[in-house]
Amino acid sequence: MPGTPYLPSKPRSTPSSDELRARIPGWGADLDPKDRPSYPRERFDPGATGAHWEFPERQEEKWPRERSIEHEFLTPVFGTSTPPRGLSGALRKYAYATYSEGRAAHWLILMGADRVDAIESHLRSFATLRPDNPITETGVLSEFSRGGLSSRVGRKRVDMSHTWIDPILVAGPWVLAGVVLLRLGRRVSSARG
Amino acid sequence: MKAMVYRGPYKVRVEEKDIPRIEHPNDAIVRVTLAAICGSDLHLYHGMMPDTRVGMTFGHEFIGVVEEVGPSVQNLKRGDRVMVPFNVYCGSCYFCARGLYSNCHNVNPNATAVGGIYGYSHTCGGYDGGQSEFVRVPFADVGPSIIPDWLEDEDALLMTDALSTGYFGAQLGDISEGDTVIVFGAGPVGQYAAKSSWLMGAGRVIVIDHLEYRLEKARTFAHAETYNFAEYDDIVVEMKKQTDYLGADVVIDAVGAEADGNFTQHVTSAKFKLQGGSPVALNWGIDAVRKGGTISVVGAYGPMFSAVKFGDAMNKGLTLRMNQCPVKRQWPRLLEHIRNGYLKPNDIVTHRIPLEHIAEGYHIFSSKLDECIKPVIVPSAS
Repeated sequence: MPGTPYLPSKPRSTPSSDELRARIPGWGADLDPKDRPSYPRERFDPGATGAHWEFPERQEEKWPRERSIEHEFLTPVFGTSTPPRGLSGALRKYAYATYSEGRAAHWLILMGADRVDAIESHLRSFATLRPDNPITETGVLSEFSRGGLSSRVGRKRVDMSHTWIDPILVAGPWVLAGVVLLRLGRRVSSARG
Repeated sequence: MKAMVYRGPYKVRVEEKDIPRIEHPNDAIVRVTLAAICGSDLHLYHGMMPDTRVGMTFGHEFIGVVEEVGPSVQNLKRGDRVMVPFNVYCGSCYFCARGLYSNCHNVNPNATAVGGIYGYSHTCGGYDGGQSEFVRVPFADVGPSIIPDWLEDEDALLMTDALSTGYFGAQLGDISEGDTVIVFGAGPVGQYAAKSSWLMGAGRVIVIDHLEYRLEKARTFAHAETYNFAEYDDIVVEMKKQTDYLGADVVIDAVGAEADGNFTQHVTSAKFKLQGGSPVALNWGIDAVRKGGTISVVGAYGPMFSAVKFGDAMNKGLTLRMNQCPVKRQWPRLLEHIRNGYLKPNDIVTHRIPLEHIAEGYHIFSSKLDECIKPVIVPSAS
């Protein structure tokens, strides 16, 4: 005789509620949806939040703050971390000013700007007393102190199939930049010689 | 002050930055006493979230002590020990007035599709986060709460996101008495979602991952049945077998954008950023849930498109429920559960790392070294 779902009965493999109540601390404490704080999903209660304004005072805009064109105006409060600068900043401002969030171009340009930002920032760091250091900044030395090998070998981790890509993604651009600089240096010295 | 600073994909360091200032009358400046690295911080760390700027300080899970308040702040004062929800929200817009704090419309100029989140890229508002010694907290009368004296720091810290999100994920599943719940992902949110499913009367809770040490934690911490998907040719077929070929009533996706289990999906999203996220767990969930069942998504995905099996979801008549967690809504009930001994949030904390060593912390968590489940960051000033 077939069982569920070919028949109307529930699955046979579920323990009884009494058994679960005895075994699991707090089982069923929120059985009644009314005890669940996100039920119902929307509950109109503007007095519950602690806000003592209908519309918040506006934060001062100290530079032209980039914003989604799906907003009617600049939100009254906003983050002020890392203002846009350089080529990456120009790309970001263009993406916000030109494309809505519904357009792939908006996000693709922002992602491209992130890559440009990383390059700009690495280059900029070389003009400071604290240039970027891919060894310390990747934390890769913890591979030796926190069981890099034992955390992976014999563990059936499926992420091992693509872990090899990470060093290429991280170190690849640095190696490439080194090769380019080396070749440029050789060309310059041979042109002078 | 010392602060974690993003230096490009897979690279962070600690830098000296200016202590944040009051920029709005309802701001507070909080001295951070504990912070955490969230699994979703790894999406930023891996360069997956658009408009993640070099120089930004991450960290949306933190607690601390109020250092300074703006002139309109009424509910907090200097010296208060506070926990801060990961949501930045105004408390008064259309969405906040209806309890959708994570969808606030007054705090994120960069995007209308997502609210404000501390230290989570400009796509989420451009706010510096709490993996630092000090942080600016907007709308101090709305978001933060004074930590009850009886609540331990680490438990309070975990309420700011991971615990609340897991609990919220179980609620999104609309669990009825006796339901079979499958949780994909045995990270912190998955552990809490599994544990919370029992509170809502689940009959079976099954957790799926490929990291055996995390599955062991799901067995002991969350009383769950566990399956390592790496041991099965097709985990969906195994789930059908385990549910008498019905499928689960509810599936919770607690994995999000970097889901593993399909090389192409993972690499195209996590490595080459061609999708908003790898929908492997979500697609397995769509297949493993029963017809008419519910999928709850609390794993984080980027704003770009992802290759989700939407046709199957439609044909099966599924209900897909999802959101960023409105954290503060969860707190009164969660505090009751902690006080009653039903939940002990910091049982999942595995690493306590000084802020100065945060680069190692990110690498350990990202590479799943040393059986890491939840790393906590300790700023030196605390």
